[in-house]
Amino acid sequence: MSAVATAPPPPSLPPPARPGTSFRKHQFRFGSFFFSGLTGLATFVILAMLAIIFGNILIMGWPGLSWGFITRGTEQDMFDVNKAGVLPMIVGTSARVILMTIFVIPVGVITAIYLTEYAHATSRFTRIIRGAVNNLAGVPSIVFGLFGLGFSISFVGGNLDAAFRSSNAEPLWGKPALLWASLTLAVMTLPVVIVATEEALKAIPLGLREGSLALGATKLQTIIQIVVPQALPGILTGGILAVSRAAGEVAPILFTGAAYYMATLPHSLTDQFMDLGYHVFILSTQSPNVERTRPILYATVLVLLLLTLALNIVAILIRARMRRKMRMLH
Amino acid sequence: MTEATAKLTVPLAKPAPPLPAVADQPLPTTEPLITTKDLSLFYGASQALKNVTFDIPERLVTAFIGPSGCGKSTLLRCYNRMNDLIDGVRIEGSVKIAGQDINAKDVDVIELRKRVGMVFQRSNPFPKSIYENIAYALRLHGIKSRSELEGIVESSLRGAALWDEVKNRLHASALGFSGGQQQRLCIARAIAIRPEIILMDEPASALDPIATAKIEDLILDLKKEFTIVIVTHNMQQAARISDYTAFFYLGELIEYDTTSKIFTNPAKKQTEDYVTGRFG
Repeated sequence: MSAVATAPPPPSLPPPARPGTSFRKHQFRFGSFFFSGLTGLATFVILAMLAIIFGNILIMGWPGLSWGFITRGTEQDMFDVNKAGVLPMIVGTSARVILMTIFVIPVGVITAIYLTEYAHATSRFTRIIRGAVNNLAGVPSIVFGLFGLGFSISFVGGNLDAAFRSSNAEPLWGKPALLWASLTLAVMTLPVVIVATEEALKAIPLGLREGSLALGATKLQTIIQIVVPQALPGILTGGILAVSRAAGEVAPILFTGAAYYMATLPHSLTDQFMDLGYHVFILSTQSPNVERTRPILYATVLVLLLLTLALNIVAILIRARMRRKMRMLH
Repeated sequence: MTEATAKLTVPLAKPAPPLPAVADQPLPTTEPLITTKDLSLFYGASQALKNVTFDIPERLVTAFIGPSGCGKSTLLRCYNRMNDLIDGVRIEGSVKIAGQDINAKDVDVIELRKRVGMVFQRSNPFPKSIYENIAYALRLHGIKSRSELEGIVESSLRGAALWDEVKNRLHASALGFSGGQQQRLCIARAIAIRPEIILMDEPASALDPIATAKIEDLILDLKKEFTIVIVTHNMQQAARISDYTAFFYLGELIEYDTTSKIFTNPAKKQTEDYVTGRFG
């Protein structure tokens, strides 16, 4: 008892500090000034680069754009601004990008559904798949091109020919084609679609899944009717990223389908095709007169940019429509 | 805990159809619908339920009360096997609904969940229209005719006291309605497939007092047709709407009796301390 009685009073807190009487700034904070300036500068540099690149292409390419340019082929003269055209390349690039989307979305979405809905997040197998997906994203695109040549064309295509065609016939499958180029691009963009879809699926609350299961829905019904429709905008974002990545790629299609010159537009999956990106490469390396070709080169680059933009806008419009439909407020 | 305290006295003879319970009158005794015996549940190494044994009667409201983490929600989720979704859950003991062991190997969990509906703490309407929210499960269970669907949608919405508020906006997104309306939609969705039992996991905890009162009125109405098991943190709510109350603490069933007994004259000191607000 006495110990309690003689215990010293609890130490009191010091009074609040009063360093100055005014809230006015009394010190220039160099660090924060410098850092905010730095972030602004970095942003400005990026915007400036973008403006220079686009501005240059727009200014130099615009005069070369004409109705004739986008509706002609290269049959008269590939390197003369008044005779050359890019219609076959517009068709070829659009076709390979659209076909790639058709191949990559289902495979990517199903893989992402497996990873998020079925696989055990911590299992060894899941970690191996995730590692493989991440590594796929890091593979240089020329390697995909060589893979497409070696695996798709020589192995798959060659064996298809050996199995279904007489030995002295022209190869049908075992040569570069729209099909193989699109498949190669699909393999290359697979990680983009998988990651975007996974993120979209993970963002869907557990409560929605539970709500469906508690009504006696199976897991499959829940995924198809509740989870995936909710994730569609996210899946489309993956598609948009894949299209943007694939549209300008040349290396993967170099050996798998792009042609230097085709007299006709491609009309089947086994045809080769002319391509905007590859055509830019041809124009800048094969022209007998660089100065004379330059306007076509710029105009072709501008068309490639506009085509990529158009494909993106279409996908973005579809996504916006879906989001609106989902809210359905009226 | 002895068995006697937790065991509901059930007459052997088939009783008369139950009447709605009225406070201060002896409760009608009915056949137990859900029989829980020596139920233990483990999340990995930690035990969430410890030898729970008691019977839940048919067409009455049974409330589970107890402090957070006492296992009442976990127990509720045993009755429609929602715990199957969680990795590493292990169950011992038995749960029988109308005499059938629901954890038996040959039980189809889909059929079980058609008979045991659930309403969650956070209302979880699907991002579809009011109509589609209800028609979704009906279509899954094989009802295809449009007129039949429309009829069930209307009767379920009426059953959930929501029809008058939404009848002109059946095809508007469910997400545009208030929290209370969304929760009643979830109840409508649950009763549309005509379960025998509706499990409610704190259905009003995220709602304001007016919306809560509507849900409580609805529960009293629903018990004419359905057996209701409700988890609640709100002691007044348990007292107002339930016929039987089970008090849980740290995974054990401490006391189970008629609600009036639990709230006025509990047998256990722990129960008394909890219902009078001395702890928890």
